[in-house]
Amino acid sequence: MAIHKGRGTCAMNYPIGMNLGGDPSQALVHSNPEGKFTVALSSIDLGQGMKSVSRQVAAETLGVPVEDVYVDTADSDTGPHCMGSFASRGTHRVGNAVIAAAKEARAIMLEAAAEELEVNAADLVTDGQGNIHVKGAPGNSISTQDACNAAQFKYGQSVSGRGIFLIPMSDVDPDTGEMSTVSCFAHTAMIVDLEVDDETGEVSNVRINSAYEVGRALNPKLVEQQLIGGAWMGLSHALYETTEPYYPSREHRPYSFSSYPMPGPGDLAQHDISILERPAPDGPYGGKGTGEMCANPVLPAVANAIYDAVGVEMDELPITPEKILRAIHEKQRQGA
Amino acid sequence: MAQLPLQFRLNGSDVAVFADEADNLLSVLRGKVGDLTPKFGCGQGGCGACMVSVDGKTVLSCVTLAQNVQGRDVESLAGLSGEQLDPLQTAFMDGFAAQCGYCTPGMIVAARALLRRNPNPDRDDIVEAISDNLCRCTGYEPIIDAIQLVAAQERGTRA
Repeated sequence: MAIHKGRGTCAMNYPIGMNLGGDPSQALVHSNPEGKFTVALSSIDLGQGMKSVSRQVAAETLGVPVEDVYVDTADSDTGPHCMGSFASRGTHRVGNAVIAAAKEARAIMLEAAAEELEVNAADLVTDGQGNIHVKGAPGNSISTQDACNAAQFKYGQSVSGRGIFLIPMSDVDPDTGEMSTVSCFAHTAMIVDLEVDDETGEVSNVRINSAYEVGRALNPKLVEQQLIGGAWMGLSHALYETTEPYYPSREHRPYSFSSYPMPGPGDLAQHDISILERPAPDGPYGGKGTGEMCANPVLPAVANAIYDAVGVEMDELPITPEKILRAIHEKQRQGA
Repeated sequence: MAQLPLQFRLNGSDVAVFADEADNLLSVLRGKVGDLTPKFGCGQGGCGACMVSVDGKTVLSCVTLAQNVQGRDVESLAGLSGEQLDPLQTAFMDGFAAQCGYCTPGMIVAARALLRRNPNPDRDDIVEAISDNLCRCTGYEPIIDAIQLVAAQERGTRA
């Protein structure tokens, strides 16, 4: 009886978004009387940071400070339609919709500024601090608030914009099964090292080394946070979690956290991450999506590492000590 | 069911309410006193989102009978910050130790209780101290780092 060390790897291309009946997201942007902007979405922030990233993207496009943008995701009745927060699509699809809406609003704001400054709108730039000035002549300037108010009170213009980003439905080729489902891919390479006890079937000392390619990390801290948390969820799916441990027999179904095994802070894997940025041509400021991609590669890498350690191929999740022991015994029986 | 007059201190202020005999502390805090910082997670004492301190010891308020805190000192997350945030709250924000935020009140109550009884915890002590608290988003690492940082700050040393 012994502890066996094993190493497993996984590399993946992760598609952003899904081939539904078309995959659209929409955004509406408008200016408020105090010179700030509201972005209305029905996209959902579940804690992954969708509101923060939409806010950054809107501010960057409008040319105003992040503090001047409010993102309203209160209700799918008050925001324009979005397919939802899934398939790692939020940053890419919603971000692009926000850019389209913010560009339209920005153009109207610059037209009003051009009237006020008596110049051509094409010669105007924003400084990102809430000011619009003539290119090369920062002295010839107007605040975004004054420009927006002039648009509304003098020129009768609504400083607002509508944006939609759509990846159209891709039909499946009946002969080859081929379809073009996505617009861009994110990538991961991962190495998992672990130890398997062949007496108890327990997996311990898990260590993850990974590289994630995420397009541009629009909010590097949120990206890092999502990768760490998501990989932990992947490890949890690989080794611990199931709602139906003895499916189809349901008598031993977990009914609370006391019987649903989920790793706690003492079951952490050390995880060293390298984040690679290769901005996507069709991404909002180069961003792709990190969402599900952070969890997925952990599962095959763990299964591969267990195979490397004790020579059993595990094809059912989660890979519990019981399953590992049964597989080891089966292998010994066949060998005997 | 009989209504009990229930008096206790919450975050230093006297509180008097009528509670059912079977009411748990969480439902009294949230429903009758209006302190929404403890969260209802599982309602079974399994997740730690409802954690508060009673006379300095952490309890899971969803499985604590409200009548058991009669005359005692209860402290919730709301009691940790006054004019200024508790340094743990600041460190959780700066260190991105929250994503959805639902476990955060319980985590900070557990962490503050740890730092009061042990100002010099090592990583294992911190893991032990938050092992009643489940987090679904962060993978715990940023939470442990944030607590370690505050422990070091409060000792006047560097992490």
